[in-house]
Amino acid sequence: MFTPNTPEDQKEMLAAAGVSSVRELLSQIPQNLLYPALDLPKALTEQELSVRLHELAAKNKPLKNFIGAGMYEHFIPAAVHALSSRGEFLTAYTPYQAEASQGTLQTIYEFQSCICALFDMDVATASHYDGATALAESVLACMRVNSRKEVLIPAALHPHYKEVLKTYLRHFEGVHLCEIPFGADGALDMNALKEKLSEKTSCFVLANPNFFGSLEDANAVSSLVHEAGALLVALVNPLSLSVVQTPGSYGADFAVAEGQPLGNAVNFGGPGLGIMTAKKAYMRQLPGRIVGIAKDHDGKRAFVLTLQAREQHIRREKASSNICSNEALCALNAVIYLTLLGPKGLKEAALLNLERAHKLAELIAAVPGFKVKFTAPFFNEFVVECPVPAQTVVDKLAQKGFGAGYALGKDFKGMENCLLVCATETKTTEDLQAYADALRGI
Amino acid sequence: MEEILKHSELSIEKSRAGRRGVQFVKTQKKAEDYLPAFYLRADEPRLPEMSEFDTVRHFTRLSQLNYCLDGEFYPLGSCTMKYNPKAYDTLSALEPFCAAHPFAPEEAVQGTLQAVYEMQELLKKITGLAAFTLQPAAGAHGELTGILTVRAYHDAHKDFARTEVIVPDTAHGTNPATANMAGYTVVNIKSAADGCVDKEALQNALSERTAAVMLTVPNTVGLFEKDICEIADMVHKAGALLYMDGANFNALIGLAKPADFGVDVMHLNLHKTFAAPHGGGGPGSGPVGAAAHVAPFLPKPMAELKDGKYTLSGEMPQSLGKMKAFYGNMAVVLRGYCYLRQFDGETLKRIAENAVLNANYVRARLKGKFNAFFDRVCMHECVLSINPAEMNGVHTSDVAKRLLDYGFYAPTIYFPLIVPEAMMVEPTETESKDMLDAFITALEKIYDEIQTEPEKVKGSPHTQCVGRIDEVSAARQPNLKW
Repeated sequence: MFTPNTPEDQKEMLAAAGVSSVRELLSQIPQNLLYPALDLPKALTEQELSVRLHELAAKNKPLKNFIGAGMYEHFIPAAVHALSSRGEFLTAYTPYQAEASQGTLQTIYEFQSCICALFDMDVATASHYDGATALAESVLACMRVNSRKEVLIPAALHPHYKEVLKTYLRHFEGVHLCEIPFGADGALDMNALKEKLSEKTSCFVLANPNFFGSLEDANAVSSLVHEAGALLVALVNPLSLSVVQTPGSYGADFAVAEGQPLGNAVNFGGPGLGIMTAKKAYMRQLPGRIVGIAKDHDGKRAFVLTLQAREQHIRREKASSNICSNEALCALNAVIYLTLLGPKGLKEAALLNLERAHKLAELIAAVPGFKVKFTAPFFNEFVVECPVPAQTVVDKLAQKGFGAGYALGKDFKGMENCLLVCATETKTTEDLQAYADALRGI
Repeated sequence: MEEILKHSELSIEKSRAGRRGVQFVKTQKKAEDYLPAFYLRADEPRLPEMSEFDTVRHFTRLSQLNYCLDGEFYPLGSCTMKYNPKAYDTLSALEPFCAAHPFAPEEAVQGTLQAVYEMQELLKKITGLAAFTLQPAAGAHGELTGILTVRAYHDAHKDFARTEVIVPDTAHGTNPATANMAGYTVVNIKSAADGCVDKEALQNALSERTAAVMLTVPNTVGLFEKDICEIADMVHKAGALLYMDGANFNALIGLAKPADFGVDVMHLNLHKTFAAPHGGGGPGSGPVGAAAHVAPFLPKPMAELKDGKYTLSGEMPQSLGKMKAFYGNMAVVLRGYCYLRQFDGETLKRIAENAVLNANYVRARLKGKFNAFFDRVCMHECVLSINPAEMNGVHTSDVAKRLLDYGFYAPTIYFPLIVPEAMMVEPTETESKDMLDAFITALEKIYDEIQTEPEKVKGSPHTQCVGRIDEVSAARQPNLKW
């Protein structure tokens, strides 16, 4: 029973409250609207519920998954879930009473520290909803910093991220989103960026890798952006950063990411883990919770939510964002993952991604009619040009049990035959060969 | 006692070069074999090096430094800390749900899509609204979604002069922050002496510039907005929409449908009313519902049932767009779905009734020692207030910390802002009378301590792993990473 009060309990409680029935407690609600018909399905016991959910789960077909496009299948060590699903973490609230929440607070401090180390950035928040909303908040922060209104984004930015950016920015007067095209190599067209940058530009969003998986010449981009007096927002894959140059090393002002690859399941795309970092100068522009070190009255080290003067519960309409709940449990998964792997394990994981993706590219290129579309360097994802529409490849391979990739035609004109393909460390050499063999059958 | 094992050490302080928790198969080549040298990272990130066992001990120990709902009563007002059934954790984490990719062909994720579709339908039934989106990732994200839906509605009607959102002072802090983020000017109105909306103040604030009124129901002083139907009429006459913050919907579930009040748009919190765990701060899920005339403007996509197949591919030409990269926080949505499948209408009514009864019991029993700011029947939570001048200089924050010593988490304090020294208590329906009696006894003891040894209360907590923390010192010279 979900409500433990017995009829005797209720009687005593009503008497203490000075009323004779629960209905008397509801006297403020319009009485003609009380107790409406609800027409809900029959209540299930836990056993029946379990059967029901297993039935639904069985309707999802397992695929050999080569789809990335913003959500990546990775190996998650068993200790990650075993630790994060402990009731002490799972059922705790936001650590507002710091003295009784030191566990959660210290894990957030360690998360912020690991993320700053990985990104080479000065400050990280406790988390945001996902990569796309973290990006939107960073762009809003840039506009607060320099009061400029033009935002440059790469044409090869994740199409959903573009849509979220539009949603977040559309209603601000004079704000202008402008796309910078990509070149024949699948990386940013540097001349186009150079031409477009001006004293109106608030920031440029560097997607590194971009939606096609291509890595960018980030130092060159950073120089151009900063010469124009604009800010640089880097959007990165956090797992790649143990081998790829870091946002801090090329002078990014803000750096954000979808943190799901760090110890979190794909889960149909949610919850994600919005990672948000900044240079120290912009610390007070960051939205949401941040944990810092404090001292207790005996001078002992303690952890506490800090810089709260930025937040909605203090500043109301003057807050830097309306965010309240974040993705703390996903951040916990990430910090456990990073602690288990350490710098060496993380590098090994990243190297395996490089190796498997490049091996797959090689195998696909050997299939008649298929080729790797771009020449830009990539991490674990790349574009394949197919001899038939990519959607056909997706449909045909689904019948053979493969998640073939992401067909780019619906988002990028003229790329109907292009397929975005990903291989992480979860794919064995045999899996890669099986995929290439399946393509041969088309 | 001398501390020999340093339990509060950071992972990086326990780190020893060469220790490893996880090993991967060896690669044949190096990064420079795949990438140009100037694309490569120069140095190694400063991450801890620990064995798996070290890591397990480290995080297990940290978990033990937390209060949590599984262990302690959490009377946090406006947070609805009700029991999170264990079955929901297990069932939402079934491998086929976890492995489902958002870009997988739809025929491969029919189970997930069916759960989404059925959840949308269930939420429509309990609220009476015409459509629901499960896309928003949290309550505040739901608010932003809702207010941007309002904006899309007015824009579609070429009604561009509406630049204001009215927010009563009893609203959650997220409400005004949301309106501001959606590009609106916030018009704050004061509540009446009875804690409800001052209708005259509202009438004066309403105009052809009003886009929406954001109403928290029940409001943050734990009272139902008794004039809500009349308020809805006033709002609609002004051409504006009524937004309901449904964070407190646990007081109403099964008892009344927001659509019947005249609500146009609202959000719910699956991590409150629908028993999903809080996870130390998230992830949440903030579904947004809309009446028929506003529904076309909700974010895209929505789950539909077409020719026996569940799909997200329907056209929504008037939609405001996307609020996050992918559909919604499925791991949380599935838990909410479990909740609504496990309880029918009768049980939901009993849930809301017990939530209201528990709050009123606490309010009535504490009268004389800790009085309710509004001395009358409340809904699911009661807001108590103390006067430090009559309490030997003890403040609400001291009472909160002392409660930790008695094994209870503290109520929400200093909120709502309109109540001085506020202490907001929401017991929820899953606490028994026995637990409430224990909580009441603890507060009575603290009251007695305030009379006889106030310093003990002011110096609390005395039983936690750290003493009272100086929060100001942390903000002055921020140390935010190792």
